[in-house]
Amino acid sequence: MIDDETVRHVARLARLRLSPDEEQVMREELSGILEHIDAIRAMDLDGVPPTTHVITLENVVRPDVPVSGLTRDEALREAAHATDEGFGVPRMD
Amino acid sequence: MGLRDLTAAGQIAAVLAGETSSEELLDAHLAAIAADDVDAFLAVDAEGARARAREIDAMPERPPLAGVPIGIKDALSVRDVVTTAGSRMLEGFRPLYTATCVARLEAAGAVVVGKTNMDEFAMGSSTENSAFKNTLNPWDHGRVPGGSSGGSAAAVAERQVPWTLGSDTGGSIRQPAALCGIVGMKPTYGAVSRSGLIAFASSLDQVGPFARTVEDAALLLRHMVGRDPMDSTSLDWPGEIAAPTATDLSGMRVGVVDELMGDGIEPGVRAAVDAALGTIEELGGTVVPVSLPSALSGLATYYVLAPAECSANLARFDGVRYGPVAPAANLLDQYETTRGDLFGPEVKRRMMLGTFALASGYYDQYYGRAQRVRTLMVREFAQAFEKVDLLASPTSPTVAFPLGDRTADPYAMYMADVCTIPVSLAGLPAISIPCGLADGLPVGLQLAGPAFSENALLGAAHALEGALAFDTRPPGLVT
Repeated sequence: MIDDETVRHVARLARLRLSPDEEQVMREELSGILEHIDAIRAMDLDGVPPTTHVITLENVVRPDVPVSGLTRDEALREAAHATDEGFGVPRMD
Repeated sequence: MGLRDLTAAGQIAAVLAGETSSEELLDAHLAAIAADDVDAFLAVDAEGARARAREIDAMPERPPLAGVPIGIKDALSVRDVVTTAGSRMLEGFRPLYTATCVARLEAAGAVVVGKTNMDEFAMGSSTENSAFKNTLNPWDHGRVPGGSSGGSAAAVAERQVPWTLGSDTGGSIRQPAALCGIVGMKPTYGAVSRSGLIAFASSLDQVGPFARTVEDAALLLRHMVGRDPMDSTSLDWPGEIAAPTATDLSGMRVGVVDELMGDGIEPGVRAAVDAALGTIEELGGTVVPVSLPSALSGLATYYVLAPAECSANLARFDGVRYGPVAPAANLLDQYETTRGDLFGPEVKRRMMLGTFALASGYYDQYYGRAQRVRTLMVREFAQAFEKVDLLASPTSPTVAFPLGDRTADPYAMYMADVCTIPVSLAGLPAISIPCGLADGLPVGLQLAGPAFSENALLGAAHALEGALAFDTRPPGLVT
């Protein structure tokens, strides 16, 4: 069902580092779960439109009145690495 | 009868009659939380709660909830009170604002005493996925309280607080309410603002109450519903949540969902639900069989849609803006290591499943099809409600199961929500009330109605509750 390469590809897309042991468990468990999920692939769904949300709201707007948000200090309060200017992160190579 | 034995409504009446005070109520409940032997709470804010209780006691006119204490699921933000969603990813996180629904309850006079344990990011049905500890079932300490809002359910059953808030995506309020022998309600999608709720699956998540009585659940819900500019999916509530007063069900047509009364349901659960259906008829209701052909496809549909949405929602946890971070040489490495180290196994499993279902090449086969099955489910519920006023089923296919029993088999754990998921996919309101015991453990009856039928649901549940006269006190509980 799912091979090692797919597990590694999906883990990269999800930005998840998995150990080799975790990769193997994940391959087995996901394959098992997908066997159950495959039931919906056998259903006749011709002409049935998708539902994204059960309530359809369109153009939810509010009055265009400016309100103050978080201050910089507040926004940075919970960050593990805050600099004077913003969130600190390592280099992107 | 001690203060903790009073319902929330009873506690409010006692405060208004001058027989007790908010601070005295707080002390009684804090003592119970301190002696907690089911591990329901993750954090207790005794100091903040005392300050608020004193403030309310000093008011010349008490607010409607009169300073009665409440516990809040750790998925809901409370300003400056550590909020983790049961995850090491948010260990030590102190929110900058309070969830709208909690703020509304505080404004109405509820006193927040602390945060209750839960499955990590609300993913689970036993609270065993909490990164911090297990919560025990008050009826049998060797069993799970259900989940994901297991701490909220156990705290109410133990009378550590008269009521709590939970969140329900596929059954996370109703199922633990059933397993702990109390009342739990998931309102109509859009009824309660999710601003400040740490998101799991946004097309499904709703906040709702736990209490020992239907009256208390209604009272709490009354102060939570309504549109919030901070949540664009929230809706204006038509009218008001009324205090339920019905004592009979005359003229009420109740449909029993065939597909949810079959093989997977434990005989003891089935017997208790059948007996409750008999009580519905004694109260003047008519019970008729109803078919929801797609109901049993609900679980498979949910386990595509919810993981897909969670894989997007949980992308925000990367160690940059909040929570701990793993040291790394570059940014990508930091993301992957932080998330790999700090998310627990079930969260990783669902993120992998959801990312897979959304990935190029698989999207149409999984996510696209699941969305279309969801349409079938919405249609089938609408057809059913042309014939009946309410639908009844077991809330959970089993009573509380032993700790550790299902942790090795993800799909066996997922089965715990087989009866609650279809209602969630259709966005409908549903309530679970205790309807009896099977082998000494509580059984929940789920009643579901059309969108915005909360008042009718609460009324029917209230009438049934009176006739069933279930004793919510777990064996051996000393108050």
